[in-house]
Amino acid sequence: MIRFIGLRLVMAVPTLLMVTVAVFVMMRLVTGDPASVMLGELATEDMVARLRESMGLDKPLPQQYLLWIGDLVRGDFGRSISNNQPVLPVILERFRLSALIVIVAVTLAALIAVPLGLLTAWRQGSVWDVSTVAASTLFLSLPSFWLGLMILLVFGLKLGWFPVLGTVGAIGGGWAIVGAIAMPVLTLLLIEIGAILRMTRASAVEVLRQEYITHARAKGLSEAVVLRRHTFPNAFAPTWTLIGLILGALLGGIAVVETVFTIPGLGRLLVQAIFERDYPVVQGCILLIALTYVVINLVVDVTYPLFDPRVAT
Amino acid sequence: MRSGGQGTSRIGLAGNIGGVLALAVVAVAVAGPLLAPHGPMALDLRARLAAPYPGHLLGTDEFGRDILSRLIFGARVSILVALSTVAVAMVVGVGFGLLAGYLRGWTDRIIGTLNDALLAFPGLLLALGIMAVAGASAGAMVLALGLAFAPAVLRVTRSAVLSLREREFVEASRVMGNSEGITMWRHVLPNALAPLIVLATSMFGWAILAESALSFLGLGVPPPAPSWGNMLAAARPYIQEAPWLIVLPGLCISATLLGANLLGDALRDLLDPRMRT
Repeated sequence: MIRFIGLRLVMAVPTLLMVTVAVFVMMRLVTGDPASVMLGELATEDMVARLRESMGLDKPLPQQYLLWIGDLVRGDFGRSISNNQPVLPVILERFRLSALIVIVAVTLAALIAVPLGLLTAWRQGSVWDVSTVAASTLFLSLPSFWLGLMILLVFGLKLGWFPVLGTVGAIGGGWAIVGAIAMPVLTLLLIEIGAILRMTRASAVEVLRQEYITHARAKGLSEAVVLRRHTFPNAFAPTWTLIGLILGALLGGIAVVETVFTIPGLGRLLVQAIFERDYPVVQGCILLIALTYVVINLVVDVTYPLFDPRVAT
Repeated sequence: MRSGGQGTSRIGLAGNIGGVLALAVVAVAVAGPLLAPHGPMALDLRARLAAPYPGHLLGTDEFGRDILSRLIFGARVSILVALSTVAVAMVVGVGFGLLAGYLRGWTDRIIGTLNDALLAFPGLLLALGIMAVAGASAGAMVLALGLAFAPAVLRVTRSAVLSLREREFVEASRVMGNSEGITMWRHVLPNALAPLIVLATSMFGWAILAESALSFLGLGVPPPAPSWGNMLAAARPYIQEAPWLIVLPGLCISATLLGANLLGDALRDLLDPRMRT
């Protein structure tokens, strides 16, 4: 078990490095020369040359990459071109809000979808099963930004349950934040319940066919015990992997939902920075999300044997 | 194996609904210019933000452009982008997947490492990054999404090839003196097609979704050309006065996506019994 975890941790190092290389190359392709981008069009050649030297841009690329990694490790993500503030504190502040929305939505979705998935598998082929699966397929086919706009239209504007424009000001903390993130959480929740439910159902259907389930029933165990003690533990592992993938995918696409509800999260910051060609911020956002994605996958991998001990041997 | 008629017919029904939806959208896209009552950019300044009425069956937008016509022309844009995206992902993914799976050794290791690095990015984020480099245009988006989807194709192709290359009929082709290229093309690839077709169908749905998401963010198809995503983005400020501007493009995206999802599920059950759910 320890060996397995150690191996996974070591395997994550090259992936993390490749992610930084990919972001580095991507950003160098765009900017070409970050010095002239930072100084703007009015800069003289002399000024550009001096800045290039002080930023280390006259050194060979591999050396620049290593210097950049050194800065990253020390927490120096550079400064924003548009307001000259250090990038890291800003993106971390924004990240907290985005992460809160995604984590709350996925946790609630899992708490609802996993039991529902087990129940639909248990009553496979019933009206209840068919209609639940149909509903989840339907919700899976709704684009998050459109479902978000519909929720905004109904709950925000028509019914007035949640603040529509209050979201920006409400990010103070305490109870205000519940109102602010309620609609985006509901949007992501409705879509992801479908995904998690389908996966749980599919693996539970497989497990329920196994002979040890027949055996457990023959022993006279109640159906509730068969589902809870024999089906759920054996069917949860694939769902666990999916939950990790969903967390990462939602973080990657969070810009869309944040745009709908005008929430100042990381995704909104990324899109604004792309429009403003503020490359240090773009780079910081992409790097932070990609690194989080790698770490989530790592955590899922490392904890996977808890649900399926076979893989660790 | 699934036995009995009931289960099969249910899957058949969902698959059929999916197929009909997908076909209907493609048909509308192809026949677009014949069906649309107005041009997609034609302005009717007397009827701005008009609710649906006989003159404009689905109403008009803030410039008085006919929504029905824009939705029809938007279908052409969305579907063209999605199909091109799938094509790019397939060509890149299958090409490198065949190379990696067949040659193995260092080629496989290098391609595999690069692929893992790309897979370490959530798909939409990778596309956003590439769009930041390339600037917003339909062509850049096809490239960005195609590259973002290619790693999944590569992985499926590689694993199919790895299991196929040791089989007798592949060995036989080599013994008969066929070159490695011909062996791959004639004997390995056709047998790896089933999972790839399933993946391509789902990918078509993801591409529709990703295209509309990027266009919604203003990083996809640039206006005034209509796409379902940029129509939603333009309608966002008018959500209260003209809700039909929001409802209709979303219904189009959802219907297409539902079609692709249902068809993908049905094909997976049909072609790839190992992935059966």
